Amino acid sequence: MSEMHAETVGYVRDTMLPEQDPPATSVGAIGWLRENLFSGWFNSVLTILSLIFIYWILSALLPWFFSPTWEATSLNECREILAEMGREGHFGGACWGVIRDRWVQLLFGFYPSGLYWRPILAFILLFVALGPVLFSDYFPGKLIWFSAIYPFLMPWLLWGGSVWTPLLVIAGLGIGYGVFRVVAAAAGNLAGIIAAVIAALAWWIFLVGPLSELIHSIIPAGLNSVDSRNFGGFMLSITIGVVAIAISLPLGIVLALGRRSDLLIVKALCVGFIEFIRGVPLITLLFVASTLLNIFMPPGTNFDIILRVIIMATLFASAYMAEVIRGGLAALPKGQYEGADSLGLDYWQAQRLIIMPQALKISIPGIVSTFIGLFKDTVLVSIIGLLDPLGLSNAIRADSDWNGIVWELYGFIALLFFIFCFGMSRYSMYLERKLQTGHR
Amino acid sequence: MTSTTDPHTESFRLSMLIYDTRYRSTTIQVVALIGFLILIGWLISNTAQNLQDLGKEPSFRFLFEPAGYDINQRLIEYTSRSSHLRAAFVGLLNTLLVAVMGCALATVLGVLIGVLRLSKNWLVSKIMTVYVEMFRNVPVLLWIVLFMAVLIETLPAPSAFRGDDPESTMKLFESVALTNRGIYVPEPLFSRSLGDVHLFGQSALNFDVSLNLLAIVAVLVAGVFVSGRIRDRADAIQNRTGVRPTTWYLRLGVVFVPLIILLVALGFHLGYPELKGFNFGGGTHMRNSLIALWLALSLYTAAFVAEIVRAGIMAVSHGQTEAAAALGLRPRRIMGLVVLPQALRVIIPPLISQYLNLTKNSSLAIAVGYMDITGTLMGVTLNQTGRELETVLLGMLIYLTISLCISLVMNWYNNRVSLVER
Amino acid sequence: MKKSVFLGALTVAGLSAGAAAAGTLDDVKARGTLNCGVTTGLVGFAAPDANGVWEGFDVGVCRAVAAAVLGDSTAVEFVPTTGKTRFTALASGEIDMLARNTTWTFSRDVDLKFEFTGVNYYDGQGFMVPSGLGVSSAKELDGATVCIQTGTTTELNLADYFRSNNMNYEPVPIETNAEAQQQYLAGACDVYTTDRSGLAATRAAFEAPGDHTILPETISKEPLGPLVRHGDHEWGDVVRWTLNALIVAEELGVTSANITDMASSAGDNPEINRLLGTEGNLGEMLGLEADWAVKAISAGGNYGELFERHIGESTPIGLARGLNAQWKDGGLLYAPPFR
Repeated sequence: MSEMHAETVGYVRDTMLPEQDPPATSVGAIGWLRENLFSGWFNSVLTILSLIFIYWILSALLPWFFSPTWEATSLNECREILAEMGREGHFGGACWGVIRDRWVQLLFGFYPSGLYWRPILAFILLFVALGPVLFSDYFPGKLIWFSAIYPFLMPWLLWGGSVWTPLLVIAGLGIGYGVFRVVAAAAGNLAGIIAAVIAALAWWIFLVGPLSELIHSIIPAGLNSVDSRNFGGFMLSITIGVVAIAISLPLGIVLALGRRSDLLIVKALCVGFIEFIRGVPLITLLFVASTLLNIFMPPGTNFDIILRVIIMATLFASAYMAEVIRGGLAALPKGQYEGADSLGLDYWQAQRLIIMPQALKISIPGIVSTFIGLFKDTVLVSIIGLLDPLGLSNAIRADSDWNGIVWELYGFIALLFFIFCFGMSRYSMYLERKLQTGHR
Repeated sequence: MTSTTDPHTESFRLSMLIYDTRYRSTTIQVVALIGFLILIGWLISNTAQNLQDLGKEPSFRFLFEPAGYDINQRLIEYTSRSSHLRAAFVGLLNTLLVAVMGCALATVLGVLIGVLRLSKNWLVSKIMTVYVEMFRNVPVLLWIVLFMAVLIETLPAPSAFRGDDPESTMKLFESVALTNRGIYVPEPLFSRSLGDVHLFGQSALNFDVSLNLLAIVAVLVAGVFVSGRIRDRADAIQNRTGVRPTTWYLRLGVVFVPLIILLVALGFHLGYPELKGFNFGGGTHMRNSLIALWLALSLYTAAFVAEIVRAGIMAVSHGQTEAAAALGLRPRRIMGLVVLPQALRVIIPPLISQYLNLTKNSSLAIAVGYMDITGTLMGVTLNQTGRELETVLLGMLIYLTISLCISLVMNWYNNRVSLVER
Repeated sequence: MKKSVFLGALTVAGLSAGAAAAGTLDDVKARGTLNCGVTTGLVGFAAPDANGVWEGFDVGVCRAVAAAVLGDSTAVEFVPTTGKTRFTALASGEIDMLARNTTWTFSRDVDLKFEFTGVNYYDGQGFMVPSGLGVSSAKELDGATVCIQTGTTTELNLADYFRSNNMNYEPVPIETNAEAQQQYLAGACDVYTTDRSGLAATRAAFEAPGDHTILPETISKEPLGPLVRHGDHEWGDVVRWTLNALIVAEELGVTSANITDMASSAGDNPEINRLLGTEGNLGEMLGLEADWAVKAISAGGNYGELFERHIGESTPIGLARGLNAQWKDGGLLYAPPFR
């Protein structure tokens, strides 16, 4: 019996076998390689082809890239340095001296060098101002006040001038609000809005200029003013992009609402505008800015080319923005509209309290990608002679020291654009994920 | 504020225009229309005043004067004595050429890259990710000038082909020459011609269409049509009897046999490029500017198309694939019959808007000296005549027409495939 | 709310904008700066250096005008213009004068309503070829690929020349000189054609300038000069006579080195005295200070000095005076008398 038992025990294991390592070919580096690179002959061929491709690219680029020419002061000096090392010919090596010599110019254009802190500060504050909107988790909500002030602060920092001008422009908002309260109490809301808009516009157009000069002559306070034609390089691209997007957002909302409205004529006008702008290339709009906009304005008015470009870029962006916001509006469930109606809200209340907060939130990724697109498109201004990074690269190549430089400048410009745009697109993806979880 | 009206007082008061919802929308529309008309009128009067001050009367007469400049790539006959209008037409054809070529290549590359990004091969999918990010995040204008620089700097000049022991030789059995002035490929020639059709008579837009070409297209279309009928019949037989007759040789035959007979009859042969004087002569010359623009636009747009394709394929729910597999379909048929038709519904609308973008981006041709409509009408013609208003407006109108045509196609397709919602 | 940003920017940035109406001289004086249109970059004629300071032969003319009008040769805003934007920039009043190697032609003067105030460089369109090509005359260029800078009269001249000589060519239109140079050096075109001064400037920047030949043919006349809007004769006179002052100063031997001495008191030569304002009231007639020409000449020197410093034989560009010598030396520079 006991023997039997012993025999039975011999066939039954009462302890677990020690875990064995998986086969060496399916774990660790080798396993990963088998799994991801060499699963099957087709994948193996693809992998090998890819490796050859990468080697081919790197072997062409790296020797050129590592070139000890950082200190050179002209292209000829680069050539001498490379020739001493025995690296002759067109692709002997990069001439990085041009970047050392001109990188500040590529970033700031001809902005006075003593004032570089102003665009830098404006750029940093931009993130502070956008913080409550973009990274709402990490920023205290009260900072939204700063976001409201920023649109006035930024032009002042960049263009300089009397501090009273932006203050008086802000005061215009207060005046508008005051007029609204008074008139609305007397003659109703709509009349109040109309009166407020007229009062504010009159204030801005006729009074702000002389008043700010007057106060400035009494209490001078302000920054050195900088002409916008001194703007250049990446600063110009960022300025055009940020200003155009900031203004195009409200325009885009209005256009999107107009396009979805039941009012036939309003809808036709909005559709006509949007489709016209989206149907022509940006470069033709820039031709309009550079050659025609002054002809369209009353005789005698004349504002400088950068402002004209910003105007056209704004119109361009607002048409795309309208489509993005229209997409956001369309994505809202119909129940939201019906819910707002059932609460007895009127059109504007419903838009302000229910529809827009949600639609804008859904649209943020689209807005960011519109911004990326516009930011990339700012290089087109080089075609009409503005000195954005690409335009500056032509001016630098016209300098007799750097005549003949090609790749280094293009590479540097492409790298900077890549960093900006890639960062923004990553952020937009992060936001998309965040918003998605928020809805489920 | 209140929108209720008292049914007893039907007499009309002016304030009802604002406060009565029955009238308010009309009021707003009329106000908007008047505002718009005032704006337009203001712009026009400003323009008229300014032009008068400058002493320029708006007029399109310059379009019919001799252009005076030469265009290197011309799909129709053009000399420097032709009119500005004809130069613009040459430019328009060049725009359309690069747009069509770009859309075709961008689609092929985009689909390929989009599918490869979903590949299980880690290296391949990473390379494709790098490609997409690299092209999407750098301005297309920069790509265009970079591609132009690459073509110019890396390919040999025609002079390198000269001499007894040339540095460079022609590729593909001495038929293709890769130079930094462009690529020379063999051109199709006919020793017998059926003649030409002259279109649009004596107007500035006249051009000839070779009857040879028309005949070939006609034979090809007829062959494809007959081949389609054969397939339909085979389908019908298969539906009736369950056995599909073998028809592939017949279908190939009806397309190619008449074509080959026609080509032989017309004396078809290839004209090879050869070095003559400063340049290669003979063959078809694809200029640098065209190639750089074409490649840059296609590769740039392909990055966006790849994302669209990837999103489209991923948008088809996995249950569809599994259900199709449960029906016993093979993987290839699952792709062709289940996944792709559904993915296409998602893919096509954004794809067409990418085509639109590509067409608009082709206006950057000016950066590499490709003579498209921006380079001719809004470039040299504008410079030579000083007619900014007329040329730029005309150019915008042309682009707008192209865009609207593409939009119409998109809307038509959207309506055709849109799901009927429950 | 965002609309006010726009208005704010408009007020701030629009302050510098002046009216395009007549009275440019008064506008410039009121503004305190001269807006001068130049090219976006052409070696020797106009290009910004690393500090953003514009330098060059055309730039020198702008500085002289600014010095004459405002007494300060640095009070110039340089507005880079392309071949496409230059005329509209001038016509719309965005710039007060254009000094951008612009050819004086009938249609620009009459049809486009501009006024050329003189010629600061007599140029002509030429051809440059690599010496290895073995071409010694433009007549041998049948079938060649030709790089042209667009937006100029160059492409029209070229079309006319090849057509009248019954030759074929393949035009390669290019926007900027830098790119044209790149294509030419890489052999993407056999010939580069532009103004001869441009050719010389471009060749000077090559690694091996000796390997390239400028062909003897000059196929056009290209009188390059500053221009102003039609109709504002007062301003046109200021620009015209500033240029003439630079030219006549060279003829009379007035240089930036000796001008302080000469202007301190009236000398023996009455024309020098009138020029420098020690005698007569020429400055007043122009609506300027009496020593306007002194300031203009001290800004960058007389015509000869400007030429030598920016494009002359001592510079890498190495242009000979040729047609641009004084009439006494067999050139075409012939400033009307200051009387």
